[in-house]
Amino acid sequence: MPPPKNELPQGTLDLLILQVATLGPIHGYAIAQRIQQISRDAVQVLQGSLYPALHRLENKGFLASEWKDSETGREAKFYRLTAKGRRQLKSETENWHRLSEAVGLILGLVKGESS
Amino acid sequence: MTWWQRLFKKKEQEKRLDAELRFHVEYQVSEKIRGGMSEEEARRTTRLEFGGMQSVKEDCRSARSAAWLESTLQDIRYALRSFRKSPAFTIAVIGTLALGIGANTAIFQLLDAVRLRSLPVPNPRELANIRIRGGNPGFGISHDQYQLTYPIWEQTRDHQTAFSGVLAWDLQGVRVGQRAQARRMQALFVNGDFFRTLEVFPSQGRLFAAQDDQAGCATPGVVLSHGIWQSEFGGQASAIGSRLMVFDHPLEILGVTPARFSGLEVGRDFDIAIPICALEVLRSGDQGFKRRDYSWLTVMGRLKSGWTVAQASDHLQAISPAMFEATVPTGYSAKSLERFKKFRLEAVSGATGVSWLRTKYDRSLWLLLGITGLVLLIACANLANLMLARASARQREFAVRLALGASRARLIRHGLCESLLFTVAGAGLGLALAGTLSTTIVSFLGSEASPLHLDLGIDWRMLAFTAGVSLIACLVFGLVPAFQLSQMDPGSTIKSAGRGLTASRERFSIQRLLVVMQISVSLVLLVGALLFVRSFRNLTTLDTGFRQKGILLGYLDFTQLKLSPAALKPFEQEVLNEIRNTPHVDSVATTSNIIVGGGMWSLGVRAGAVADAARFTWVSPDHFKTLETPILNGRDFNANDTEGAPKVAIVNQTFAHRFFGDSDPLGKTFRTAPEPHYPEAEYQVIGVIKDTKYFSIRSVIDPMVYGAADQYPPGRNPWAMMYIRSSAPLGSLGPAIKQRLNASHPAIAMEFHDFRRQIEDGLIAERLMAALSGFFGALAALLATIGLYGVIAYLVVRRRNEIGIRMALGASRRQVIRLVMSEAVLLIAAGVGIGVIGSLALARTASALLFDLKAHDPLTLAAAAVLLATVAALGSYLPAHRASRLDPMAALHYE
Repeated sequence: MPPPKNELPQGTLDLLILQVATLGPIHGYAIAQRIQQISRDAVQVLQGSLYPALHRLENKGFLASEWKDSETGREAKFYRLTAKGRRQLKSETENWHRLSEAVGLILGLVKGESS
Repeated sequence: MTWWQRLFKKKEQEKRLDAELRFHVEYQVSEKIRGGMSEEEARRTTRLEFGGMQSVKEDCRSARSAAWLESTLQDIRYALRSFRKSPAFTIAVIGTLALGIGANTAIFQLLDAVRLRSLPVPNPRELANIRIRGGNPGFGISHDQYQLTYPIWEQTRDHQTAFSGVLAWDLQGVRVGQRAQARRMQALFVNGDFFRTLEVFPSQGRLFAAQDDQAGCATPGVVLSHGIWQSEFGGQASAIGSRLMVFDHPLEILGVTPARFSGLEVGRDFDIAIPICALEVLRSGDQGFKRRDYSWLTVMGRLKSGWTVAQASDHLQAISPAMFEATVPTGYSAKSLERFKKFRLEAVSGATGVSWLRTKYDRSLWLLLGITGLVLLIACANLANLMLARASARQREFAVRLALGASRARLIRHGLCESLLFTVAGAGLGLALAGTLSTTIVSFLGSEASPLHLDLGIDWRMLAFTAGVSLIACLVFGLVPAFQLSQMDPGSTIKSAGRGLTASRERFSIQRLLVVMQISVSLVLLVGALLFVRSFRNLTTLDTGFRQKGILLGYLDFTQLKLSPAALKPFEQEVLNEIRNTPHVDSVATTSNIIVGGGMWSLGVRAGAVADAARFTWVSPDHFKTLETPILNGRDFNANDTEGAPKVAIVNQTFAHRFFGDSDPLGKTFRTAPEPHYPEAEYQVIGVIKDTKYFSIRSVIDPMVYGAADQYPPGRNPWAMMYIRSSAPLGSLGPAIKQRLNASHPAIAMEFHDFRRQIEDGLIAERLMAALSGFFGALAALLATIGLYGVIAYLVVRRRNEIGIRMALGASRRQVIRLVMSEAVLLIAAGVGIGVIGSLALARTASALLFDLKAHDPLTLAAAAVLLATVAALGSYLPAHRASRLDPMAALHYE
C-alpha cells in the first residue's frame, strides 16, 4: 500500500507552485507532476485546487503565462515566475521557515512537559 | 491584463481556460496509456482524479475576478460603516459638497441655456447673423443696434451670394381674439423662406413658403407654435384650416411647428408665426414697417457649403455700399445721411442664436460661475481639512491596519473610495439642488411684461461639467489625507498616538495652508458681494429726479374706435378727465415716451454755435407735477401751448449747460435737425427742470427737451401713454379705471403697469448679482470660519498635554486663550492679507457691473476684511475658550 497522501495546509500550495516555477517555464500538468515527484509522492496535488491557484497567482502578478508548443507537440500554457513572484516566494519562504520553526518549538515544548 | 480587459475578453478567456484544462487531461490520459492502461480505462480514471471539470473552471474564473471585486466591495462596506459611525461628519461633508456642486451646476445650467447651447435646428454651425458692423449708433428708429431696415433686408436677400438662404424675423406682441377674449400673444413675423432655410419641418399641416410672403399679401396665413397648438387647440388636427383672429383679421391656420423649435431668440418663445407682408393688412394699410430709417428685422443666413463666416462677412462688406446707397432715407440732414451711407454689413456666427439675454446677463453669469467656482474651492478645502482632522483622529486605527498587513496602496484606495462615495452622494444631492436653484433664478429674471422661457433640461455638457467638478473635488480632498497617511510609520504612530506633547508642525502645515487659502478666497468673495450689494443700493436709492412710488403707467389704444384726426384731441381730453375723476387718482399726464422704460427719441439740436443731439419727449401740462420733478426756473406747459402757438420747450439742467453755458436759458431758442415727420423747427425755452434719468437708471444724464403734447410734430396718435399718480394701492387702481372707461367706451384697449416695478425689473441683473453674490459671499465666509474653527479645535486637541502642563505650572486661563488665539490670529492675518491683494487684482473684472462705485473702493475692502476677521476670530475663540477650561489633571491623563 502506498503511503497516505497528505492534504496541504492552506496557503502552502501557492508556495510550492512558486518554488517549482523557479526552474523555468512550465505547464500545469508538469507542475503537478513535479510537486509529486519532489515530495516523493507524499503530496498529491488535486487538479481541482491546482488550476484555481495558478490563475490566482497569475492574477496577482506572481506568475506570467504564455502559450507555446509543449514536448508532446501540442500547444500548452506555460507559467513562469515574475520578479514580483520571486520576491513573494522569498518572503513567503522566510515566513514558512519562521512559522515551522515556531511550531516545532511549541510542539517540542509540549512534548518536553508531558514527558 | 486589467480587469476591464478581462471583462470584455470573456469569450477568449473561456476558450483559453478550456484549452489549458483539456491539455492537462489529454496529457494525463496519454501517460496512463503509456503505462499500460487501455484508453477507455485511462480516460475513466483521469476523469475521476480530475474531479468535476465545471467546478474547477468556476474556481478558476472566480480566482481571476474575486481579487479586485471583493476588495472593492470590502472598501465600500468599510466606508459605509465608518459613515454610520460618524453621522455628523458625514452630513457636514455631503452637505458642503452638495452646496458647492449644486451652486456650480445651477449657474452653469443658466450659462449653458443662455450662452452655449446651439439653436434647435439642423446644422446650426452653418447659420450666421447678418448685422451692421459695429452696430447702428442711433440712426433713425431702432429697437436694437444690430437690426436692419426692411429695404436693407430686401437688398440683402436679393444680392447676397454667400448664403444658400437668408431669413429675417421680429418678435412682436399682437392682440389675438376679440373683445373680452382678446389677449396678447408673441408673434414671430418671418419671411417666406424662414422655416425652409432653418430646415424646420411642420409637425402638422404646412409651414410658410416663399409665396406666403409677397408684397400686399391680402389673405395671410398663420403658423402655430407647438405649445399654443397644445394649450389653445388641445393638439387637435382640426385646428389646421380654422381661423385665428389677429388684430381683428381672420388668419387661416396653416400648420404647427415641431415641439423642439422655440424660435431663434434665447429666452423668448413665440406663440404664433405670421409672414412679414401681413403687417400691412394687420396695421390697416400702414406701410411704416417698410420705412428706410426703421430698423427692426433680425437677419440670418445659412452659409453655402464651402463658405466660412469670414468669407461671407467680406462678401457682405463688398456689396454693402450699393445697398445702403440704394436705400437712403429722405428728410434727414446731410450729415446724418453720410453716416447712414457708411454703414456696412458683416456676418457673425449664429449657431447659438441671438439673445438680449446674452448681452444683458452674459457677464453676470460668467462672474457668478467664477464666484461659485471659488465657493466650491473653499468647500473642498474645508472637506480636505475635515478629512485630515479625521484622518489624524484615526491614525491609530490605520497604523494597526498597516501593522496587520494591509498595504499602503489599499489604505489609499480605501481613502479614495470614501471620497468617491461622498462625491457621488454630494453630486446627486447637488444636482437636485441645482434644479431648484436655477428655476428660482429664472423666475427671478423673468418679469411680468416679458416672462422668461429657458429650456433648462439636463444635457451631456452639464453632466460632464458636474462630474468634472465632483471628480476634482474628490481628488482634492481624497488624495491629500491618503498621501499623508501612507507616509506614516506604523510603529511610532501606535506608540505615540494621542500622547504627543506638542503638535508636529510639519504634519499640520497643509491644514494651515488650506485655512489661509480659505480665508483669502472668502475675503475676495465678500469684497465682491459687498461691492454688488452697495452698487445695487446705489441704484435703488439714487435720486432719479422723478417720483417712482405710487405711479401707475397706462397704455390706452383707441385704434378700434376709428376716430378722425380732428376728433382725437377732444376724445383724449375726455378720457383723461374720466381717469382724473376716478376715486384716488391725484393727477394724470400723457407722454410720448415712458422714462427709463427702455425707449429713447433723439433729435439733432443747434443753438447758436453749439450743435449736438438731445432726447425729446412730448408731454401734457401736468407731467412734472405728476412725477414731482421740480421746475427750477420758468413755467410749466399750459393750455395755451397749442398746435398753432410758438413751439415751447422745457429743458433739463444738462441741456441748459450744454447749449447755453452759464447764461440764463429762459427765453433762448434752439433749432432741431430735420427727420421724417419731424421737420426742422425752432423752440423757445420756457422752463428748466432738475436733471432726471432718461433711458435707464444706469445711464448718464443726457441733454433733454420736453415739448408740449399739442405740439407733437407727427400729430396726435390714436393711442396714449400716461403716468397716473395715486395714493391708493395700484393693484386695484388699474382695474377700477378699466371698469370706468369700459362702461363708456368698451372698444378702448388698455394695459396698466406699476412704474416702480417696471424700474425694478430693469435692475434685475443688478439685483441678481447683489442677491447671489451676497449669498455666496456669506456662504464662503461661513465655510472659512468653520474651517478655521476645525483647525483651531484640532490644534487644541493635539496640544492638550502641553496646555495641561502649562496650566499645572501656573499658566492662567487668559494666557492659554492668548496661546491658542495667537495661532488663529496669525492664520487670519495671513489669509486677510492675501485676500486683500487678490481682491485688488480681481476687482477689475467686476468694475463694469458696478454703479457709482470704484472696484477698488477702500471702504468696501476694509469693511469686508473687518467683518471676516471678526467672524473668524469669534469662530476660533470657541475652542480657545474651551482649552482654557481644561482640567490640567484630566488633560495630562488623557490618551
